[in-house]
Amino acid sequence: MRLAAILVLAGLVGTVAVGLAGTLLPAFGHLPAIGAHGPSLDAWSRLFAMPGLARSAATALALGIAAAALSLAIVLLVLAAFHGTRPFRLFVRLIGPLLSIPHAAAAFGLAFLLAPSGWFLRLLSPWATGFDRPPDFTLVNDPLGLALLAGLVAKEVPFLMLVALAVLPQTAPAQAMEVAAGFGYGRMKGFLVAVGPRLLPRIRLPLLAVAAYASGSVDMALILGPTGPPPLPVRVLRWFAEPDLTMRTIAAAGTVLQALVTGIVALAVLALEAAVRRRLAAAAISGRRRVEDRAARIAAGALACLPIAAIGLGAAALALWSVATAWRFPAAWPEGWSLATWTGLAPALAGPILTSAGLGLAAAAIALLAAIVLLAGAPPGSRASGPVAVLLFLPILVPETSWLFGLDVALSAAGLTPGPSTVLIGHVAQVVPYVHLSLAGPWAGLDRRLEPVAASLGAGPLRRLLAVRLPLLAGPLLTAAAVGFAVSIALYLPTLVLGGGRVATITTETLALAGGADRRITGATALVQALLPFAGFALTGLAVRALALRRRQPVSA
Amino acid sequence: MLARLLAALTGLAFGLGLTAARAADPDPADWAAVLAAAKGQTVYFHAWGGETRINDYIAWAGGQAKARFGVEVVHVKVAETSAVVSRVLAETSAGRDRDGSVDLVWINGENFAAMKKAGLLWPTGWATRLPNWRHVDVAGKPTTVADFTVPTDGMEAPWGMAQLTFYADSARVPTPPASLDALADYARRHPGRFTYPEPPDFLGTTFLKQILVTRTADRAALARPLDPAEAEARFVPVFAYLDALHPHLWRQGKVFPANVAALRRLVADGETDIGFTFNPGDAATAVRSGELPATVRSFTLAGGTLGNTHFVAIPLNAKAKAGALVLADFLMSPEAQAAKQDPNRWGDPTVLAVDRLPEAERARFRALDLGAASLAPDALGPVLPEPHPSWTTALAAAWAQRYAVR
Repeated sequence: MRLAAILVLAGLVGTVAVGLAGTLLPAFGHLPAIGAHGPSLDAWSRLFAMPGLARSAATALALGIAAAALSLAIVLLVLAAFHGTRPFRLFVRLIGPLLSIPHAAAAFGLAFLLAPSGWFLRLLSPWATGFDRPPDFTLVNDPLGLALLAGLVAKEVPFLMLVALAVLPQTAPAQAMEVAAGFGYGRMKGFLVAVGPRLLPRIRLPLLAVAAYASGSVDMALILGPTGPPPLPVRVLRWFAEPDLTMRTIAAAGTVLQALVTGIVALAVLALEAAVRRRLAAAAISGRRRVEDRAARIAAGALACLPIAAIGLGAAALALWSVATAWRFPAAWPEGWSLATWTGLAPALAGPILTSAGLGLAAAAIALLAAIVLLAGAPPGSRASGPVAVLLFLPILVPETSWLFGLDVALSAAGLTPGPSTVLIGHVAQVVPYVHLSLAGPWAGLDRRLEPVAASLGAGPLRRLLAVRLPLLAGPLLTAAAVGFAVSIALYLPTLVLGGGRVATITTETLALAGGADRRITGATALVQALLPFAGFALTGLAVRALALRRRQPVSA
Repeated sequence: MLARLLAALTGLAFGLGLTAARAADPDPADWAAVLAAAKGQTVYFHAWGGETRINDYIAWAGGQAKARFGVEVVHVKVAETSAVVSRVLAETSAGRDRDGSVDLVWINGENFAAMKKAGLLWPTGWATRLPNWRHVDVAGKPTTVADFTVPTDGMEAPWGMAQLTFYADSARVPTPPASLDALADYARRHPGRFTYPEPPDFLGTTFLKQILVTRTADRAALARPLDPAEAEARFVPVFAYLDALHPHLWRQGKVFPANVAALRRLVADGETDIGFTFNPGDAATAVRSGELPATVRSFTLAGGTLGNTHFVAIPLNAKAKAGALVLADFLMSPEAQAAKQDPNRWGDPTVLAVDRLPEAERARFRALDLGAASLAPDALGPVLPEPHPSWTTALAAAWAQRYAVR
C-alpha cells in the first residue's frame, strides 16, 4: 500500500513537474517546434516590454492576497460569532449548495446582479433611484477588479468554511470556549483567542489554495475581471492563442511570471496568517474581555449572509432569465414567461452535458481510488500541512496556467491526440486534492479499535481495508465522490487546453458566452452548469441516507 | 501514466521530427470519388462559437451533412480564429503534416492572409472546383474571390456576405446619425450611450477601419500592404476621431464590450442607444427572438460602409479533406445559403447570384421575410472595400498601445 501511495503521489507531482518543465523550457528560448534552441532571455525582454504587464501582474498579486485575507477574516468572524448556534446550523446546510455552484455560473449570476442594468438597480428603479435608463457606472469589469474580488470571496468563503468545520473538532472548541468563558471572555473574543491560533495552522494549505486560485484563475476573471488590461492569467491565455508562434515563448515566460506572482502571494498569506496568530495570542493577554459583542455579532451575521445572498440571488436571476420572453430595464420582473430558451438549447447542450457528466464520473472515480490509496498508504501521524500534504496539493497550489500549457505540449510530444483522455489527466490532477481533503477527516475519525479487532480475527491489511474500513466509510466516500464530480464539472482551463478546444463540456459552453450574449441563453447555460454538481450532491445524499436506513444507524456524513 | 509522462519529457527536450508519407488527397473534379471518400469521415469544423444562432445553424448543417453524405461534423467553438491559425501552425511546425486537428475553419481577412502566406492552407484551388461554385456571384460580389484584397486562389470557399450595419431603437433615436461626424455628435449629446467592441475583436477593428477608410483621401494606398514606417502618420485621422469620441463613450471609454453579441446586449439592456454589426440581418433576427425591442431599425452611413465576404478554408494538414470538401460545398448550396439568410435562423446574406439560380432555388430566397428591422439589400448603400490585411493588424496593435493600457 505504501508503494502504491508513493506511485500516486509521484503521478500527481510528475504531472505538475512535466507541465512546469514544458513552460520553463520555452520561457528560456527552447521550443524546437518553432526552431528555437535556447537558452535565451529574449522571451523575457519581450514579455517585460508588453504594454500594461506590470498592471496585469499587480492585479493578479493583489487579488490573491485580498481574496485570501477577506475569506479568512469572514470565516473566522462567522465561526467566532455563531459556531454551535441554531442559525449556524442553517448556514452549514447552505454551504454544500453554495460550494457546488461552479465559479463561472456564480460569476454570471453576480455580473447580472451588480451591473448598472442589473437586478439590484431594476428592483430599485425608477421609484427609488429615479433611473429610467441604466446609469453609466463601472460596477462590473471595473479596472481595480473589485467585482472580481467580490465574486472570488463569495465562492471561496464556503470552501474555506467547509474545511475549517472539518478540522474544528481537532481543536476541541467547546472545551476551549468553556475555559475562555470561565475567564470572563465574550463569545467572539473567547473563540478567537482560544480556538483561532490552533485552527489557523490546520487550514493553512486550503487557505493557500484559495490564494493561488484567486491569483491564477481564468474563468471568473473572464466574466467579472478588469479588461484593460486583464489580470495576468487571462493575458497568458491570449498570448498562447496568437498566430505568431514566437508569442508562445512570451506566453511561457508569462506563465513562469504567474508562478512567481502566486509564490509571492503564498509568502504574503503565510506572513499574514502568522501575524494574525501572533495578534490573537497577544490579544489573549491584553486583559480586555470584550463581553459585550452584540454589534460585532450582527456585523459577522451580515458577513455570513453576503456570500449566500450574492450566489443565491445570482442563481435566481439566472433562472428567471432562462424562462423570460423579454426583460428590459427598469422592469423588476420579466415581461412574460416561456420555455422557448430551454427547448431551443436542449439539443445543443445535450452533448456537452453528457461529456461533462462522463468526465466528472471518471475523474471522481479515479480520484477517489487515488485518495484511498494515499490515505491507506500514509505514514501514521502525518500532518495535515506536512510535506506530503504540500506535494498532494501541488496541482491546486501551482497556478494552472503555469503547468497546463506545458503539459499539453508534453502530451502531444508523447503522441497523445488531444481529447477526452488527455483532459481527464488534467481533471484527475486537480480533483485528487479536493477529494483527499474531503475524505481525510472521516478517515482519521474512524474508531481506531475496529481494525486491530479485525486483525486479531486474521484479516490482512487489504481485507481490513476492503471489508472493514471502506464499508464503514461508505457515506464519506460517496460525499467525497460528489465533491470530486463537482470540481471536475467546474474545470475550465484544463478542459480547454488539454482538449485542444475539441472537448465541449457544459463549462466550456458557458465560458464561450463570457463575452456577452443573449442573457436568456447565458442564464440557461449557466444554470445547467450549476445544476449538474448539485445533482451529484443530491444523488449521493440520497444514497448516504439509504445506506444509513439499511444499517439502521443515524446519518453521520 | 508515469512512463508516458517520462516519454513526453524526453520528447519535449529533444523535439520531434515526424515526417510521414502523405495519403492521396481527394480531387474535387472527381466528385463521386470525393463523396465516397467522405462517407464515414468526421470533420472538425473550427468556427467562432460566440453566437447561439450561428451555432444552431452549424448544428443544422452538420445534421444535413450526416444525413445526406454520411459526414459527421463536430463544431469546435473557438473564441478567436487566430487561435486556430496558431494551432495549425504549431502542428505543422512540430512536423505534423497530416492528420491535423482542424479540417475546416471559418475564416477571412488577416487570418486568411496569415495562413496563406505561411503556406498553411490546402492550395489546390479546390473551392472554385466545387459543384456549387457555379452559383457564386463572382461578378456582383468581387470580394468572393479577393479577401481583404488578397486573392483567394480557390483556397477558401465563400460562405456569407457582411456589411457594417448600424441599428438603434427608433423609439429612442428617431433620426439616427447618418455619418461618422453625426455619430460623434450624438455621443457628445448623449454621454455614455455609444461604444464599440474592444479591438482586436473583428467588429471593433472594423469600426476602426471604417474611420480609416472614410477619413483617408488616398484610398488606393489602403489596397496595398501598409509600410510600417508610415503607419503612425496614416493612423492620425483615426486616433484624432477616437480621442475626441472616447470621453463620451459608455464607461468613458475605459471599459469596452467584448464582441458583437456583448454590444447588442448593451442595446438590449438599454445601457447604450446605438449598436452595429457585420451582418445586415442581425437586428431583425434579434427582434424576432425578443432580444431587441420591436422598434429597433437598421441604418448605414452616407458614403458607404465596409463590406466583405467570410469563407471556409481547409488547412494543409487536415485529416478529413474529402469530408471538408463535401461540407464546404453543402454550405455553398442554394438550400443552405437560403436557410442561412432566413432571419429566423441566422440572417446572414448569401454569396450566390440569386437571380441566376433555377426558379425553384430562387423561390427559397423570395420566400424569406427579412423583417422591418433590417434594410433591403439595395438600401444598404455602397460597400467600401476592406484595406489590405496588414492595416487591420497594425491598427489593432496601435489601438491597444494607445488605449488598452492605462
